[in-house]
Amino acid sequence: MAALINTSTTTQAEMQQPAIQPPAIAFQDVSFSYRPDRVLIDQLSTKIQQGCVTSIIGPNGSGKSTLVKLANGLIKPQRGTVSVAGQNVGHMSAKLRAQTMAVLAQSMRVPQMSVEALVACGRHPHQSFRGAPSEHDKAAVERALQLAGVEDIRTSQMASLSGGQRQRAFLAMTLAQETDLILLDEPTTYLDIRACHDLMELICTLNKTQQKTIVMVIHDLDLALRYSDRLLVMDKGTLLGEGTTADVMASGVIERAFSMEICPHSYRGEQGYVLYPFEG
Amino acid sequence: MSKSVKSSNKHIVALAVTVILLVAVTVAAFTMGSSSVSVAELFAWLTGGELAQTAQSIIVNTRAPRVFAALLAGGALAAAGAIIQATLDNPLASPNVIGINSGAGLFVLIAASVFPGFLWLPSLAAFVGALVSASIIFGLSLGSGVSRLTVVLAGIAITTVFGAGMNTILIINPDAYIGSSTFLVGGLSGVLAKDLVYPAILILGGVVVAILTAPVLNILSLGDETAHSLGMNVSMVRMGLLALAAVLSGAAVSFAGLLGFVGLVVPHVVRFLVGHDNKWVIPLSILGGAAFVVGCDLIARTAFAPYEIPVGILMAFIGGPFFIYLILRNRNGSLD
Repeated sequence: MAALINTSTTTQAEMQQPAIQPPAIAFQDVSFSYRPDRVLIDQLSTKIQQGCVTSIIGPNGSGKSTLVKLANGLIKPQRGTVSVAGQNVGHMSAKLRAQTMAVLAQSMRVPQMSVEALVACGRHPHQSFRGAPSEHDKAAVERALQLAGVEDIRTSQMASLSGGQRQRAFLAMTLAQETDLILLDEPTTYLDIRACHDLMELICTLNKTQQKTIVMVIHDLDLALRYSDRLLVMDKGTLLGEGTTADVMASGVIERAFSMEICPHSYRGEQGYVLYPFEG
Repeated sequence: MSKSVKSSNKHIVALAVTVILLVAVTVAAFTMGSSSVSVAELFAWLTGGELAQTAQSIIVNTRAPRVFAALLAGGALAAAGAIIQATLDNPLASPNVIGINSGAGLFVLIAASVFPGFLWLPSLAAFVGALVSASIIFGLSLGSGVSRLTVVLAGIAITTVFGAGMNTILIINPDAYIGSSTFLVGGLSGVLAKDLVYPAILILGGVVVAILTAPVLNILSLGDETAHSLGMNVSMVRMGLLALAAVLSGAAVSFAGLLGFVGLVVPHVVRFLVGHDNKWVIPLSILGGAAFVVGCDLIARTAFAPYEIPVGILMAFIGGPFFIYLILRNRNGSLD
């Protein structure tokens, strides 16, 4: 098992951060709603650090995916600002935004193309209208195929792959964008337990070996606790708590948000968690 | 042999077969008819050689305008169909199904009725009419929860309303358009070389742009959210692509009338043969569409000789059942 959560209050990645580096994503007093009577994000402020694996967790409808859509510029906040790498997302061009962060959207759509063709789509932000790939584009696609471990299925059609292989292929597409920041919106949905762990291990490896900042919305608390450096706990559009995984666990906000009790246990020297619903 | 090499070979074979088919039907269309012209005479005309006066007259005045009209209309409508299907992510969409052709047709008749005698006006009016229909469909497709079937039904409603408008104009002013009955079903019998100049410029320019849009269409096929994440301004791109489809369809309608189903049938057949990569789908649809209309027009004017039916009728006989087949194939929820 490659990735274990840090139990110290400061992660290795945090210690390596130069002080002047802007946060990967900064939400400043952000509010958003589709309807006035239902506020999805309510005056939220937080900074997501560079170099970490940060998981956004919370019950259904807490505003997790809305936060990703705000960071991606897919929706605009009615109030406040969202910045990525120090730049206001609302002022970034579509191309610049896509050159700064890659987003793996929550989607069930299976594209009718080969893995290689899908990964090549990741070069779109770097290409002209004509879309002719440069030598650098081809090299970036090769690197992404290797990093995501989908080299051997590069000619396979996406429709013929398992859920885990598809997610790896999509991840390879985001890697081909060559951004420092990758946002993943529920990347383990529809995957079996083995595929979930394989994908999370790959994500952590990319964080450590490629210095990618990973921000992901994730439903599975066990995966979030096991593989994240930092946690953001959301409920009803507000931030209940944030910090290193150990700090957030110690604070008890996860128990309050989910009405679950978290019981750590150790197996073969590795830390895991068992979750029990509160009685009554 | 690796899969990618096999796939590439498949595309090249499909391209070669389509080109051969296109050349074959074009030669047949030039040479076959009520008065035959030999292949040698056609070759002599093409190379500027010696040619009898009669053969020269048949080729230049009768066959060439009609064959070029079929090539242009087929290529334009098939390209427009492929673009519309990819842009709206809707396998049932095509210029005639979503009302683009009828919008173009209505505006052509309005222009012909109000400003007769302006050769360039039908092309412009057709483009404006096609754009009006495309804008309505685009506006509708922006709404959340709008199904593919809703877009198609809205297109049928637009076609009905604009069709009523065309009939109203022709009842009030029967002389507004010479050969109006052929125009309403789509036909190439009365097309003159001078009618093709402005549409040809628009269509040739349009198909070049259509081929260049293939990478953009491939990105759109990943879904709006992913396309946005890859740096695409999805709404602007979608509107631009529908405008391009409107240019192509409008230009074709301005001289060929309401030619239906080529934009529906041809891209589907191409995708069935070579897959969904628009880098191949768009050029093969253009070539295949041109071959399809030239071939259908040849049959329409020779099968019942000495009588001739408008090519639009023959294409409706082919396209109608194909449309029903698509609905049945997609009935298990994929349209909603």
